[in-house]
Amino acid sequence: MGKEQTAVAVPKQSLGKRVMKHWEFYVLLLPGIILTIIYKYWPIYGVQIAFRDYNAMDGFFGSEWVGLEWFRRFFTNFNSARMIRNTVLLSFYSILWTFPIPIILALLINQVKQKKFQRVSQTVLYAPHFISVMILCGMLRIFLSPYGGLISMIAQAFGAPPTNYIDSASAFRTIYIASSIWQDAGWGTIIYMATLSSVDASLHEAAKVDGANAFQRMLHIDIPELVPVIVIQLIMSFGNLMNVGFEKAYLLQTSLNKETSEIIATYVYEQGMLRAMYSFSTAVGLFNTVVNIILLIVVNKICNKLSNVSFI
Amino acid sequence: MKRERRISSDKLFDICNVAFLAILVVIVAYPLYYVLIASISNPYEVYAGKTFLLPSQITFEGYRRVFREQAIAKGYLNSIYYTVLGTFVSVALIITTGYAVSKPTLPFRRAIMVFYVITMYFGGGLIPTYLVVSKTGLLNSVWSLILPGGVAVYNVIVARTYFETSIPEELYEAAGIDGSSNLGTFFKIALPLAKPIMAVMVIFTMVAYWNDWFTALIYMTNKDRYPLQLALRQILIQSQATATMMGNMDGGYAEANKITELIKFASIVVGAVPMLIAYPFVQKYFEKGFMAGAVKG
Repeated sequence: MGKEQTAVAVPKQSLGKRVMKHWEFYVLLLPGIILTIIYKYWPIYGVQIAFRDYNAMDGFFGSEWVGLEWFRRFFTNFNSARMIRNTVLLSFYSILWTFPIPIILALLINQVKQKKFQRVSQTVLYAPHFISVMILCGMLRIFLSPYGGLISMIAQAFGAPPTNYIDSASAFRTIYIASSIWQDAGWGTIIYMATLSSVDASLHEAAKVDGANAFQRMLHIDIPELVPVIVIQLIMSFGNLMNVGFEKAYLLQTSLNKETSEIIATYVYEQGMLRAMYSFSTAVGLFNTVVNIILLIVVNKICNKLSNVSFI
Repeated sequence: MKRERRISSDKLFDICNVAFLAILVVIVAYPLYYVLIASISNPYEVYAGKTFLLPSQITFEGYRRVFREQAIAKGYLNSIYYTVLGTFVSVALIITTGYAVSKPTLPFRRAIMVFYVITMYFGGGLIPTYLVVSKTGLLNSVWSLILPGGVAVYNVIVARTYFETSIPEELYEAAGIDGSSNLGTFFKIALPLAKPIMAVMVIFTMVAYWNDWFTALIYMTNKDRYPLQLALRQILIQSQATATMMGNMDGGYAEANKITELIKFASIVVGAVPMLIAYPFVQKYFEKGFMAGAVKG
């Protein structure tokens, strides 16, 4: 960005002139920038109500300053530890189970030589991704119903007693994660398929001549090719550990399974929108965001050290 | 000898691989297929576990009741309206922003990117955003579903990368020599060449709008403005079938219960089908879209 550098390449022009020359681009940018200022940056300014006792009359800046009162109230709540634990565990187990499957799937799909079968199977595996969380949760409720539900019928055929899985706290995480695998494992292969399709075909040809079988070629050519993408994807998932999907947790939550299903995000919604505790809810949300950002920075640092890739 | 063994082991791997994937495809597709056949079967048969492969005692009663329901019909129209308008606005924002920041000579280009990327990692959160939306008078308006989302930054990066890598600089220069203005170049050269990336953006944005319910739950207090997904919520999650749905039915509680199940299956099909039909048309562009995003700089 140094002035000397640009001066070498192009005849020196004043900043004003260069801006004027590009005015049409700024016209294109303007609507997005205005929207972002109003609906992204103004709420960021409004985060200060986490330290105030918000009331509509006095607004973001005028409401009474209460310091860390709301945070204190959250941490002394007997459920707060449970919520934090639920958030972290749900996220952590989700990554653990859902992360490796798309990689394996992509490797296998990539090996298929019948292109038609390959395309059709991809189409089918992508399908669940296009179903809304609402419909997914509706299906889960029907399938898991203890009498007449598809999954329950299968479980009972294997001798399990009729169980109300939806209301069961111990089944919540399994339901959440298993349904995520069904919905997004196929979709998750895309990024890996895209990487694999750029692998030099002559590498495979050379390996074939050397007598390597399909499995060996996968192990020694495809997987090393995927490693950088895998590392970035993994790090990004851990960097988003606290942002576990709110929608599904909320729609699968019942009054009986809160022991495991109540996460910070559902609590923020409940306190903020249903009970109108604006400042308290904002404080809890802010705590979540800050923890996540710290995680993101730490993880990015580690990533930088390990592989010189940075994603921020 | 050695050569033959290699070929046969590759063949074996191939067969196992295809067989495994075929089983997987069936497992993934089956729940959707099951919903489809259950939606046109006698609910008593479904309940008794007699409907696994083919519909039994075909009936369209579920669909008849679903479409008679005001909330569903209204929700459908609302969702179409929100999705069409929202997709148009969002994709326009993504493409114009992505195009502008792809211009290497643009002053403040880097600052503008930082300005956007910050919003990917930090936001005001639920309540401050809600308060701003309500202060700007958007509550109960279609714009409350569209504007607070702002610009989809990740998609902007994908679009920018596409413009940078897929459209040669010489084309722009040639247009400049021909006396085309910057805006003229955008509409006449960049946009037509960006069709593949726009197809991906349109389908992703469309799916997001069609499937969204949470934004509407917060900002729409008037139930007449509920999108389809919230109408479905009543049926699927809260298990409430309304009087119009249940109307003219003889039989007691058990009968009502079974009809409710039938309505659930039918409403799932009705809600999911539009997007399931749409995505295969642009499937071939998905990888391209993801690749462009992956090499962000």
